[in-house]
Amino acid sequence: MIQRLVRVIGMTLDKEKVVRVRDTGFQDEIVETGEKCLPDIDKVRTCIQCGTCVGGCPSGRRTAWRIKTLFQKALIGLKDEVLKSDDLWACTTCYTCSERCPRGVPTTDVVRVIRNLAFRAGYAKKPHLATCGYLFKAGHAVPIDDKTKLIRKKLGLSELPPTTHTYPEALQQVNLICEKTGFKSIWDEQWKKAQEKK
Amino acid sequence: MATESEKTYAYFLGCLTPNRYPGIEFATIEAFKRLGVKLVDLKGASCCPAPGVFGSFDLETWSTIAARNLLLAELQGNMITMTCNGCYGSLQETNALLHEKPLLKARVNKTLKDVMGQEYKGTVQVKHTIEVLRDDIGFEKIRDAVVRPLTGLKVAIHYGCHFLKPSKVRGQGSSERPHVLDDFIEALGAESVNYKDRNMCCGAGGGVRAQFKDVALDFTSEKIQNMLAAGAEVLTTPCAFCHFQFDVGQQELNKTCGTKYNLPVIFFTQLLAIALGISPLDLGFESHNTPVEPFLKKLQL
Repeated sequence: MIQRLVRVIGMTLDKEKVVRVRDTGFQDEIVETGEKCLPDIDKVRTCIQCGTCVGGCPSGRRTAWRIKTLFQKALIGLKDEVLKSDDLWACTTCYTCSERCPRGVPTTDVVRVIRNLAFRAGYAKKPHLATCGYLFKAGHAVPIDDKTKLIRKKLGLSELPPTTHTYPEALQQVNLICEKTGFKSIWDEQWKKAQEKK
Repeated sequence: MATESEKTYAYFLGCLTPNRYPGIEFATIEAFKRLGVKLVDLKGASCCPAPGVFGSFDLETWSTIAARNLLLAELQGNMITMTCNGCYGSLQETNALLHEKPLLKARVNKTLKDVMGQEYKGTVQVKHTIEVLRDDIGFEKIRDAVVRPLTGLKVAIHYGCHFLKPSKVRGQGSSERPHVLDDFIEALGAESVNYKDRNMCCGAGGGVRAQFKDVALDFTSEKIQNMLAAGAEVLTTPCAFCHFQFDVGQQELNKTCGTKYNLPVIFFTQLLAIALGISPLDLGFESHNTPVEPFLKKLQL
């Protein structure tokens, strides 16, 4: 059971009062969620903010994404800021930081776990939701197109690959998995919301 | 000797290989056949599913769909191989996680049992096509089988992140100084050129191409510049998604940023097929967005 202590802290930045909500249970939530699927997520608690991760980050060279800042905010419990952030989606999951972290934090895996929480909290991005839609429809994140069908035939391959494209019962199985894990219902809700926003 | 020549793998196609670059599929099947490895269909396979989107959204759904693909290979009694680092990442990592996390395995198998009537025992070996070429065939044997050496061709290798990393899970040795593809390219008679930031990501992964295309293309542009500066005449990769990003990305950059990038992108098994004497007309180059003619001209094909 996660022990929760939610506090509001006020800060003065110039003359403006900034109110930030700290959820001190957020750290535990990340670790408990992550450990269900991935190893060593608890090592994130040992981050010493050395910045080795940012130093090697190719995305950080060209965007405002700072993985070190993400960890700092996550560890002190700025849950909403972390989950809402657009920058969270600028990581290409190249694992450079993960290879180099001197504390052995599986940094990229922690990003994946935080993104899982962001998805559940309703902050999924529309293009990614659309990609899931292709999987539900075709079993492929990138379904076949007419041009490729012709080239396949010319090469002597089957017009449709021997995948979910050829076997409807296989596609049904993939959809059933998404329903059973609860993924589909979260997606449905968010996709509806994303459509309305437009 | 006999058993070696009869090696069979289930070919996990993924999405981009069969649905955008069927020439990669054809080249891989044909080249492997000539080297004594049989690739068979993995009927009813789906998306791996894409680690960037599905792994980011829901790790358990991601690993359950991946486990379904592994189960299909287990029912066939075959090892599994693929031509995309994303697919390799999803299947290889899920396979490892199911061994390491018994509770995850129990939940995944409960879902699989409900949906497929079967559980995944965990007996499948997941190998990237590079590993099959290196471990099951051997680069020496490939060197001997080459009938059309790619002599004088300067190749920029892009390993792609998820073949090497996380190195603790993948077990491919150093992710900072990889050399397996360099050895492979040299076995074909070509020259691997070193270039600045060679191990940098192509920019497409993690859902970045879908959400921030300009950021993804900025990665791509930097990599192409560095390859050209080193005198590369062709770019090769073992990942269908990186292949797509470089092939389509160069043309997107030319349209939006006024660059004039035209570095041919040839998949590593397409290079192999050409070196083994398979006709370039059979390699589906009409799927490629960046013209391959300079490459064919260089080799006088």
